[in-house]
Amino acid sequence: MAVALVLLLVAVASVLFHIYSPWWWTPIASNWRYIDDTINLTFWITGAVFCAVIAFMAYCVFRFHHKEGRRAAYNPENKKLEWWLSIVTAVGVAAMLAPGLVVWHQFVTVPDDATDVEVVGQQWMWSYRLPGKDGRLGTSDARLISPDNPLGLNPNDPNGQDDIVVQSDDLHLPVGKPVKVLLRSIDVLHDFYVPEFRAKMDMIPGSVTYYWFTPTRTGTFDVLCAELCGTAHAQMRSRVVVQEAKEYHAWLERQRTFAELSGQHDVAKAAYRTGRE
Amino acid sequence: MVDIPFDEVAGIPPAEVGEVELYHPHSWWTRYVFSQDAKVIAVQYSITAMSIGMVALVLSWMMRLQLGFPGTFSFIDANQYLQFITMHGMIMVIYLLTALFLGGFGNYLIPLMVGARDMVFPYVNMLSYWVYLLAVLVLVATFFVPGGPTGAGWTLYPPQAILSGTPGQDWGIVLMLASLILFIIGFTMGGLNYVVTVLQARTRGMTLMRMPLTVWGIFTATVMALLAFPALFVASVMLLLDRLLGTSFFMPTLVEMGQLTKYGGGSPILFQHLFWFFGHPEVYIVALPAFGIISDLISVHARKNIFGYRMMVWAIVAIGALSFVVWAHHMYVSGMNPYFGFFFATTTLIIAIPTAIKVYNWVLTLWRGDIHLTVPMLFALAFIITFVNGGLTGLFLGNVVVDVPLSDTMFVVAHFHMVMGIAPIMAVFGGLYHWYPKVTGRMLNEALGRFHFWVTFIGAYAIFFPMHYLGLLGMPRRYHDIGETTFVPASAHDLNAFMSVAALIVGFAQLVFLFNIIWSLFKGKEAGSNPWGAASLEWQTPETPPGHGNWGKDLPIVYRWAYDYSVPGAAGDFVPQNEPPAGLATQGAHP
Amino acid sequence: MSAIILFTVTIAAIAGWWLSQQRLAAKPWLEQGVDVDLRGERGSSVPTAKIGLGVFLAVVGSLFALLISAYSMRNSMVDWRELPLPRLLWVNTGVLVISSVALQWAYMAARRDDIDGLIVGLLIGGASAVTFLAGQLLVWQQLKVAGYFVASNPANSFFYLITAVHGLHLMGGLVALGRTTAKVWRGAPMMQMRLSVELCAIYWHFLLLVWLILLGLMTGWTDNLVDICRQLLT
Repeated sequence: MAVALVLLLVAVASVLFHIYSPWWWTPIASNWRYIDDTINLTFWITGAVFCAVIAFMAYCVFRFHHKEGRRAAYNPENKKLEWWLSIVTAVGVAAMLAPGLVVWHQFVTVPDDATDVEVVGQQWMWSYRLPGKDGRLGTSDARLISPDNPLGLNPNDPNGQDDIVVQSDDLHLPVGKPVKVLLRSIDVLHDFYVPEFRAKMDMIPGSVTYYWFTPTRTGTFDVLCAELCGTAHAQMRSRVVVQEAKEYHAWLERQRTFAELSGQHDVAKAAYRTGRE
Repeated sequence: MVDIPFDEVAGIPPAEVGEVELYHPHSWWTRYVFSQDAKVIAVQYSITAMSIGMVALVLSWMMRLQLGFPGTFSFIDANQYLQFITMHGMIMVIYLLTALFLGGFGNYLIPLMVGARDMVFPYVNMLSYWVYLLAVLVLVATFFVPGGPTGAGWTLYPPQAILSGTPGQDWGIVLMLASLILFIIGFTMGGLNYVVTVLQARTRGMTLMRMPLTVWGIFTATVMALLAFPALFVASVMLLLDRLLGTSFFMPTLVEMGQLTKYGGGSPILFQHLFWFFGHPEVYIVALPAFGIISDLISVHARKNIFGYRMMVWAIVAIGALSFVVWAHHMYVSGMNPYFGFFFATTTLIIAIPTAIKVYNWVLTLWRGDIHLTVPMLFALAFIITFVNGGLTGLFLGNVVVDVPLSDTMFVVAHFHMVMGIAPIMAVFGGLYHWYPKVTGRMLNEALGRFHFWVTFIGAYAIFFPMHYLGLLGMPRRYHDIGETTFVPASAHDLNAFMSVAALIVGFAQLVFLFNIIWSLFKGKEAGSNPWGAASLEWQTPETPPGHGNWGKDLPIVYRWAYDYSVPGAAGDFVPQNEPPAGLATQGAHP
Repeated sequence: MSAIILFTVTIAAIAGWWLSQQRLAAKPWLEQGVDVDLRGERGSSVPTAKIGLGVFLAVVGSLFALLISAYSMRNSMVDWRELPLPRLLWVNTGVLVISSVALQWAYMAARRDDIDGLIVGLLIGGASAVTFLAGQLLVWQQLKVAGYFVASNPANSFFYLITAVHGLHLMGGLVALGRTTAKVWRGAPMMQMRLSVELCAIYWHFLLLVWLILLGLMTGWTDNLVDICRQLLT
């Protein structure tokens, strides 16, 4: 009985911990509420199975533990029971898988009106690039990287000239507009991770990965790196500021384009300074 | 009930299968050191694996000290933390669990359980151990080379594994890869033995469907390992060439510390595919032997046949086969083609069904049993709890879209520790308490065993169950210090500290176990040949511990399956596998 | 990963076929006695060493299938430049075929109890295998002289890697072959040697098959073949 009781207590304590835990999702700030819903559904199903299995086990230990003269029943198998259990399990698994796949389909289908935003990871900092007035990002190549062109943008691509480059600063995004995040790395694997957005994806040097989301509330959110990238992995931080459209545009106006940064490096800096005064 | 087909009541000649030409030791050296006896090799494997496992345990203390009390211990910095997690993971998964289950339990139990005199290729078997030992020594050497061991994470993902910016980039990663290559060569030698022994050296009457599930688990796991380890081998060789010769198998055009490197065009994803083609079967390489051992422990100590034996065998085979088509569920957020997610999520969740059947059959075996709450049984019960817990969180991570927010967080760490850390270790401990009497002839101390069990089980659960919630919170893994964030409340740090204290206690409880092993070797209660009243063949040896050649003059003949417990009409509550059916005359069968 | 998947499916099919012979649907608790053991009194008829070699070849096969998978994933990237295969490679292939044929000859001689034929076969087989390895080294030399270094292009890297892995396996085989030859030389009874020679021959045929597949891969024939098959299917 002590053993049975402890087994049962483990299950009860787990459930109580789950219910009363102060450690739970950070409040969501994107459209991926469906992901949270799928997780909650999974918690319900798996939690029920967990409790049922342990309760059954504890009962067996309580009821059938060894006593003088007890003899175990002889029961090699029960086909019918096993099939029923398999079918019920399969139904439970399908109940989790089906919504999961539906939401995944949304996750990989980027809406047409999503704006491109490029996030570039390098050891150990984040940089961002937004399309200029033409709404298109220019091409880039790791071979073009130099102190003057730290992101390796292609200076001969007309689409890239008006791209807005944000370095060692926060990324700003307008609330309520879908964003397609293009992820690029120039050295090792990184992962652009904002807990409040729920979405994440590795960035791989040599290729561009992506995901999309729509910010649903304003605020300032931490950016972390979620793929081990070396010594200062834990310190690779930045921020995303989600703002109302008006404030966002005001911020956008203050940013500098690739042409300003590279071509007239010094001139642009001077202009920027005077502009601020 | 179907009628039971009896043999015609005629004499059965003594078994003559698999009479390998036995190797006979001539000196102390060839008997205990360069021995070709599988039982000695098993002990050598186990001691080596547990010794290196102790190193990994100490590393986990270091990690927990840092996580629980960041900034307090000046001797742990970010680099060292990364080195600790890398070596801890690598050692635990490969050099401890794989080696202990297959090299340790496999070597000891396979020949005894199938009624063979030894492994079929004893010389190769001996080489297997020595190559494994060399691999372990090379691994240990990485702690002492300039720059220390690699800190690339146990997955060793390129490009960062071989670039500066990651600790151990000079010597650590090179020796790590060399050690893995050696391990795989050594393992292949052993693995050939385990598989072919099951195929060829089963004694007369030992059909596949009469084998204990432990043999099924180890056999299937070995087949998987033989097919999967080459993937790690290929990945390691190619990564080594990238590092040493400057090839670009995995290395794209990239910048290293602001300098453009000579690498170009390679694919880091290719490495991940190769790694996880090995890495996912590896999970089951560790789990299947544990499944088998747990099935046998529950059956013996509940004095009841394992419920649904056939389903259990089919499930092992199905899991083994399916585990080769789920590898990319480790790569949902790796940037591979997102449409692969549909396929791999489906296969991953399908594998949950045979696994669930196994769990049901374990608990149904308890139903109306005669449950002896011995230490092995306690560990078996704890295995079920931790495995169910870890298996169910696997349903979160296997379901592709749910994995997106949870991947690379502490949730993943909690999940895999529960399912392939704690649960298999419970099976290891259960197995050690169960078979120690056969290996040494003495019982492990019961009181120490119970103490060890309760501290280990409750403690380990207290470490890893709350850890899931740190992951839900969004705390990433492989961070030596979460630092300032807006989303991690201060209370999470208290939780971390609590987990660290639990980890230290659990770690120290293992010292009790070590003491028990050594103390019982000399002072333990005499066990006799079959202390648990088990029906399977390894308990029916003429000597305990079994002598060289295991079976005395004649090999045993097997007349029944390994689970004849509490059979109606039988005198005792178990019938040994080699006991002839009533009324059957035998000549020369085992007395 | 299609090569390794194909390979795994093949292994799974063989394993499934074997398992289907093992009465996995039997109800073991209803059966007593030894009659259910269909292996009969003497156990399996196939020698243990042969089964061992078969399992080992599955492992080696998996290794090469994975290399082929890696090759075909890597060669779709833009920086891949095929390297010209030296003509010597075809000579080497011929030598390896001779080696394989010689060992088959040796095996047949062993079955006829023809000790002279056996020794001649073993020596020719061993010598031509050594010649093959020397030829492969010469190919490396030629490529190096022509400026195709191991790290200058992934195609080169794969060529050197694959030929090296194949060569190492052949060298391992030569150790076994050398021991067998030495035993025959010292006059070990033919009955005992028959199995050893057979195993060497099987291993040699396997490595020849692997080599032909690898050659097909590196010359691009496999790609063409796959294309043709695809067209036939669509």
